[in-house]
Amino acid sequence: MTMLIDAASWACLVAGSFFCVVGGIGLLRMPDFYTRIHAASVTETLGAGLLLLGLLLQAGPTLIAAKLVALGLLVFFASPTAAHALASAAMTRGLAPLLAPREDTPSKP
Amino acid sequence: MIHSVSMLVVLYLFWLLLSGNFGAFLLSAGAGCAAAVVLIARRMDVADHEGHPIHLGLRALLSYWPWLVKEIVKSGWDVSRRILDPRLPVSPTLASFKPSQKTDVGLVIHANSITLTPGTLSVQVAQDGILVHALTREGAAALAGSEMDRRVSRLEDSP
Repeated sequence: MTMLIDAASWACLVAGSFFCVVGGIGLLRMPDFYTRIHAASVTETLGAGLLLLGLLLQAGPTLIAAKLVALGLLVFFASPTAAHALASAAMTRGLAPLLAPREDTPSKP
Repeated sequence: MIHSVSMLVVLYLFWLLLSGNFGAFLLSAGAGCAAAVVLIARRMDVADHEGHPIHLGLRALLSYWPWLVKEIVKSGWDVSRRILDPRLPVSPTLASFKPSQKTDVGLVIHANSITLTPGTLSVQVAQDGILVHALTREGAAALAGSEMDRRVSRLEDSP
């Protein structure tokens, strides 16, 4: 049983780290400010969420687990607020977003 | 009044959580601090259904959040694939649409959920329209009358 929980925990930790790195790569590859926020949001939702879940499985039913849940809630509420504040401030200052032309080849991945 | 009581309980639990110490002094100091914060919140007029929306409580927890987490995972995976794709297939789009929420709390939940799902970002929020920056054209097209819109409205209507 401990082995199983350990394995699930490590899977979450590795996946969370992977999405943090992907968010970092996106931050470098994206063309402008607004698209970079989208890349960063991968890190702060999937990255942080999976890392916290992995740590939660490591902690077991202790006070530390409850603290991790509180930390997750904080990220869950604060990060979209911060992202919105950033984007709103940039738009108010008149930073024009780089937009795709109306019609071109469909952008399926 | 019910908001103040619930806020007091939540703040005290938060104190216990962060301290992890159950001596008589720290327990009473925590009660004192929680009471002081509630008094200040009442004076600032923020201990109400907006600052402390307990009426959403269980419904939000049991039905809305699991759905939102599923959406975050789906769109997060989509954005990750686009980031790693050598062609970088993004088509950034600005779109404005009219949300169906009637209260400020509902509007904030909707806008926050939009920002929380990777690929869409609410830039300006008002009752008559949310301005959204989307990473792809498809993401922008799916906003108006979306399932998220309906779910938040249902959450808001619940007694």
